[in-house]
Amino acid sequence: MDRDRPPLAKPAAIGGRLLWRALLVLPLLFLAVFFFYPLLSIFDLSLRPDGTLDLSGFWRIASTAYYRDTVIFTVYQATISTVLTVGLALPGAYVFTRFAFPGKSLLLSLATLPFVLPTVVVAAAFMALIGPRGFVNTALMDAFNLESAPLQLMQTLELVLIVHVFYNYAVALRIIASYWMHLSTRVEDAARMLGASGWRLWWTVRLPLLRPAILAAAALVFIFTFTSFGIVLILGGIRFATLEVQIYYQARSVFNLPLAAALSLVQIGFMFLMMLVYTRLQRRLTVDISSAQRVARRPQGWREWSLLVGNLVFIGVMLLTPLLALVARSLVEDGMLTLNYYARLSQNPAGSVLFVPPLQAVGNSIAFAGITTVLAVVLGLLTAYLVAGRGRSRSLTRWLDPLFMLPLATSAVTLGFGFLIALDTPPLDLRASWVLVPIAHTLVAIPFVVRSVLPAVRAIPPSVTEAAQMLGASPWRVWRYIDLPLLSRGLVVGATFAFTVSMGEFGASLFVARPDNPTLPIVIFRLLGQPGAVNYGQALALSVILLLVCLVSFVLIERVRTLGVGEF
Amino acid sequence: MIRRLLLFCITIFALTLVPAVAQETTVLRLVTHDSFNVSEDVLSAFIDETGIEVEILRLGDAGQVVNQAVLTAGNPLGDVLFGVDNTFLSRALDADVFVPYTSDNLDSVAEQFILDPEMRVTPIDYGDVCLNYDIAYFQDNNLAVPDSLSDLVDPEYRGLLVVQNPATSSPGLAFLLATIAEFGTEGDYTYLDFWAELVANDVLITDGWSDAYFGFFTMGSEDGTYPLVVSYASSPPFTVDEETGLPTTASIVADGMCFRQIEFAGILAGTENEEAAQQLIDYMLSEPFQEDVPLQMFVFPVNEEAELPELFAEFSQIPENPVTVDYGEIEANREQWIEAWTETVLR
Repeated sequence: MDRDRPPLAKPAAIGGRLLWRALLVLPLLFLAVFFFYPLLSIFDLSLRPDGTLDLSGFWRIASTAYYRDTVIFTVYQATISTVLTVGLALPGAYVFTRFAFPGKSLLLSLATLPFVLPTVVVAAAFMALIGPRGFVNTALMDAFNLESAPLQLMQTLELVLIVHVFYNYAVALRIIASYWMHLSTRVEDAARMLGASGWRLWWTVRLPLLRPAILAAAALVFIFTFTSFGIVLILGGIRFATLEVQIYYQARSVFNLPLAAALSLVQIGFMFLMMLVYTRLQRRLTVDISSAQRVARRPQGWREWSLLVGNLVFIGVMLLTPLLALVARSLVEDGMLTLNYYARLSQNPAGSVLFVPPLQAVGNSIAFAGITTVLAVVLGLLTAYLVAGRGRSRSLTRWLDPLFMLPLATSAVTLGFGFLIALDTPPLDLRASWVLVPIAHTLVAIPFVVRSVLPAVRAIPPSVTEAAQMLGASPWRVWRYIDLPLLSRGLVVGATFAFTVSMGEFGASLFVARPDNPTLPIVIFRLLGQPGAVNYGQALALSVILLLVCLVSFVLIERVRTLGVGEF
Repeated sequence: MIRRLLLFCITIFALTLVPAVAQETTVLRLVTHDSFNVSEDVLSAFIDETGIEVEILRLGDAGQVVNQAVLTAGNPLGDVLFGVDNTFLSRALDADVFVPYTSDNLDSVAEQFILDPEMRVTPIDYGDVCLNYDIAYFQDNNLAVPDSLSDLVDPEYRGLLVVQNPATSSPGLAFLLATIAEFGTEGDYTYLDFWAELVANDVLITDGWSDAYFGFFTMGSEDGTYPLVVSYASSPPFTVDEETGLPTTASIVADGMCFRQIEFAGILAGTENEEAAQQLIDYMLSEPFQEDVPLQMFVFPVNEEAELPELFAEFSQIPENPVTVDYGEIEANREQWIEAWTETVLR
């Protein structure tokens, strides 16, 4: 499907084709200006401070056991987290693809919510649930008359892994499910007719067909957990440190730029290699299969019912109880049910000039997330076409895909420094401009859109597109009536994650200076920086508001798809 | 439709390239950290008085603010920087990011706060990092409140203390510095020996102040189980119980147990509004601003004339002999101290 096809278009379409080419350059331009230029600037400054190359940082990483251990631990925990997350999400994706049950799309939205929570809040939620004085331990102690808390998970690797699954489950679930829903059942039906069932069906038919989506999900989860920062720091405690933590420490506390740059390059280089391997696998594995809409049905028989119930219980326990614990804590003050914390959010007793009413923070968050979503969906979709490389040389595009993943692998503090020193002269003096916030968010969100739609872009049958062109359809009509319906599910997933990334992100926002238009996570972060139970309660209340805003937005994004694109 | 969509995308993209629009009146940019705050009327009084508008730019924590000032030296993001403290002062001074200015208002500031003889930075406020304790817990268990750092390794305080990682947290670093000042780095019993004993005594180390205070401190949230935490001397006033009217926590301000952080403001080299910047520094030292500082930023004013708000006057303690470590020495040894600490605590 990648071979150069003879030009089928009529002369009138040539203008459209040029426009299309121009459009495809946009994501490259964006990446070059807002990612590579700042990044190379800071690396240049860090590694060549006096014009001579200072590679001492690399030597230190290689020769110090502590740094070698950090690299090993980072890979180790990311690998386990990825295997766990994808392994647990796969049966979930099956259930969501195959079965119809009430509340399905709401549940899918609920499962995505953990992704928006700032790590401090997630830590608070888990503390409230399974901390030494949390709901679970208190209940167990009451029930069995225990002296001390039976569940001791604070500052353990197990807890880090649990929270990584909590965070990333929805990423894997949604990416795999959206791809699966478009896979034709024919192959599976044929296999079934030939007598395959149970494990054999999974092993020889389903998994091979799903490999592109599974790999896409695994790649994202791996990057996310590889660069895990807050979760490892807050929940794992001091014994565990990832590369990202070391970069932050060297860049912020010690200000050892050569070492910070060397660590960043090790992280980026490692991720780039992983992505290169992954994109090659991905290409090899993409099955050119005619798509079809899968019809979900009610489960039949006790096996299917127990699979459905089992998965729903898992989602309930794993993803929803921490969120509920958070809601519960935000509603209780001194053992009494109250909305006090919510009411206080709009009061400014100290008359502070930088006070932000919650509605304004909600507005800021939605505005930034909206811009990010539009930018990321447009640029991400174009990137997916660029990477799918229809009719373009393979060797070029094979490098492009990993390149667009790199922003995910770059620590916020490094990129923040890059912005500071690179974007400092007009017309690009953006150092103190709010636009850096959505730009930084977009860089992180594009990979989500690409991963969500790329399997579907690759699976668009060229024969159908060609047929439509031959019949005289304009490129726009071809895209609107053939590509878009096929991509719609992937686009919704991508848009949802772009929105979510922006709503929940505060690392990058903290590393770019900006006039005061704080988002919800930043206000939460500030409340948590002040002593007093009231501030804590307000931070939890605002986190619940963040969850509600996201939930409503997810439902709306899904609406846009069903109204605007329609099923086919 | 596609045209409109395209136009929209191009507009969005173009918007990102539009440079800031030039302003007419003098607008000062104050670059500061995320904990900065000021009352609306205090700031507008300055604007009314001088006609100078103030735009506040916040970025990360004190360390981040200093780093970005160093990276943008000569082409600064703003005119005035507020928030460099004595643990990061040396880094800023070495990079020549400030121009000197001696404010007349310094007359009412005690000598101990003026660290830079060249006056490149002006002290604005100070805060002491001290242990906070849960008053009820110590009373209920008939426990004496520790009154020296070495008490903390006694078995009766086993598993009671939560501190922050000095690599990532500023109170964490302050507490480490207090132990360095107390036990020294050489000799039979150094700060590392103390820390090894502290670890043996089940100290809990968290990443940052908020997860220590709100996650593990008994008086921080419902979930906490540690009655001793590294926090600020200014924290207790915020734990006043509505029924009793008394704070539920107190600070331990015994000699040698607190580390004093002093926050400075400086005029950034390369500013085009040096005179206006000087006026802002003057104002930050004046009583209206200084009296606003405690309730907005939970720190104490350096101006001796400034009156403390009632809540602070009543419930906050100020250590008489806090620990200080020379700021040049902090910058020179920070990495080495923290790495040795990490080794010890992890071992």
